[in-house]
This record gives sequence, C-alpha cells and structure tokens, in this order.
Amino acid sequence: MSNAVSALQGAVAPGEVTVREGGLQGMITLRGDLSNAKLKSVCKTVTGANFPKMGEAKMSGDNALAWMSPDEMLILVPHSDVADAIAKIDKALKGQHYLAENLSDARAIIMVEGTFAREVMAKLAPVDLHPDTFKPGDFRRTRLGQVAAAFWMKDDDTFAVICFRSVADYTFRLLAAGAKGGAVGHF
Amino acid sequence: MLTLNCPYCGVDADETDLHGEGEAHLKRFGPNSTDDEFHDYLFQRQNPKGVHFERWRHVYGCGKFFHAARCTATLEVFGTYLAQTLEPPQDIKDKITAKRPSWTWGNFS
Ligand SMILES: [Zn+2]
Repeated sequence: MSNAVSALQGAVAPGEVTVREGGLQGMITLRGDLSNAKLKSVCKTVTGANFPKMGEAKMSGDNALAWMSPDEMLILVPHSDVADAIAKIDKALKGQHYLAENLSDARAIIMVEGTFAREVMAKLAPVDLHPDTFKPGDFRRTRLGQVAAAFWMKDDDTFAVICFRSVADYTFRLLAAGAKGGAVGHF
Repeated sequence: MLTLNCPYCGVDADETDLHGEGEAHLKRFGPNSTDDEFHDYLFQRQNPKGVHFERWRHVYGCGKFFHAARCTATLEVFGTYLAQTLEPPQDIKDKITAKRPSWTWGNFS
C-alpha cells in the first residue's frame, strides 16, 4: 500500500505569524438531515465534540465538527481513524438518506498562528473579522484570494484553514505573504 | 459592492462570494409546450429599472441557491428569501411596498 503524504509535506513559513501546513488530517463530509438525533449522536461519538450550530466549529482536542451548510457537516478525526469513523456512521445511519465520504486526501489543512493571525485572514477573505463579530469557534466558508476555502478560529491567535489539495501551494503562499506583510493594526 | 445575506447560512456574503443566477420565479416550459412558450422561457427576461427579483447562489459558501429582492437603480436590497417558493413571501413584498408603493413585477405587486 502506498504511503499517504499531505499536500505540502508539513511546509512551514515561520514569522511573527507562522503559517504551517497541518499535515495529514482525516476529513469526512457528512451530508444528511442535521436535525436527526442519530446523526447528531454519531458525530459526537466519532469526534468527542459537541454538535455545532450554524456558522460554528466545535473542537475536541484535534478533532472537530464544522457546520458547512444546512445539510452538510465536516468531521475532523485523525487520518488513520477515518475508515473506522465512516463505519460507525454507516452503522448509525443505516436505512436513512445520507452520505459519508472520506475527503481527507482531496484537501489540505493549514494553520495560521500568531498575534495578528486575524489580520492575515482579513487581508484575504471578504469576511467581517472584527473581534466582536468573528470569535473562537466561529467557522466560515468563503474564498481566500482566488480560491475557495473554509476556516475557523481555534483560539484568539490561531486560525485553521482548509482548501482543496490542488490549490494548497497557492493558499499556503498567499497566507505566508499576508503574514510576511505584517500587522495592519486595524483591529 | 453588493452584499446579500444568505438565508441558508446567515452569512452576509459580498458579491465575490456569490454567483448571480438570473431572473427569479421563472416558470419552466419544456416538452409539450408551444414554440412561443419555449422561446419566451429561454430568452425573454425582465430588465426593470427599479424593483427586481433574482436568484443567487452562495457559491463560495454553503453552495445553496436563494432569492433576492433589490432595486436595480439604487442597489438597495429589500431582502433575501429561500429558494423553495414560487413567489416572494409577504414580508418581502411588504418591505418593498413600504419603500416603492406602486411597484409591480411580473404578476406580483
Ligand atoms: Zn449560504
């Protein structure tokens, strides 16, 4: 069996705000009825995270649940646990209308860490990132520069960014350039 | 810059997060319709100066289609609403009437 490698193999752009590829990350797209009790319960079982409301990501250690759309949940678990998690979902939702798909290797995850991480994101996304509006645990699907991306705030100084694998290099360089450009001092 | 609130994910999305999907509330004419009906369905579009109803897609966000009521002359947005409807909801019509008392659009007023 071939070895799985992440898109940027752990690239790091160090600085006052450091941009770091998160390496291999298990990601499952789950589509279905998000109000369904069994669906909610199996999401908690596989991640340990609470079920997010609209526009939220709920974390539990390195696992997370992110609200992607009214019928789509993104499930983050360790890369090696994905098959087991999908098996649990399949068992819990048997007979229902749903889809659970392993998209881990179709995507990349990039961390943006440092005091002005918020401003790095604000330079690139058409999103109101004022501290009163966008807080830790908030999640947003949007674009960064020219490409589709999703991000959430892990804590006051850390954003996690997800993009398609094919544009991982562009997204990484974009974030690194934003970090290198320094703080704006707007927020 | 046009900013529309996506009724599916609650996000204020600017134009660059969205994709315009043309006129709202089109009635489809397909097999068994007349040539004239099919022609109009394909090609005839309203182009008002003023109140207009459009479909938009939150393409970089949740991916859902939704409706928007806005003014093409001033870019004022009267409101957005879900796609699962054949006509604008009453609260949207009321908001438009409050600002453009004599508005009409297609069969709506
Ligand atoms: Zn949306």
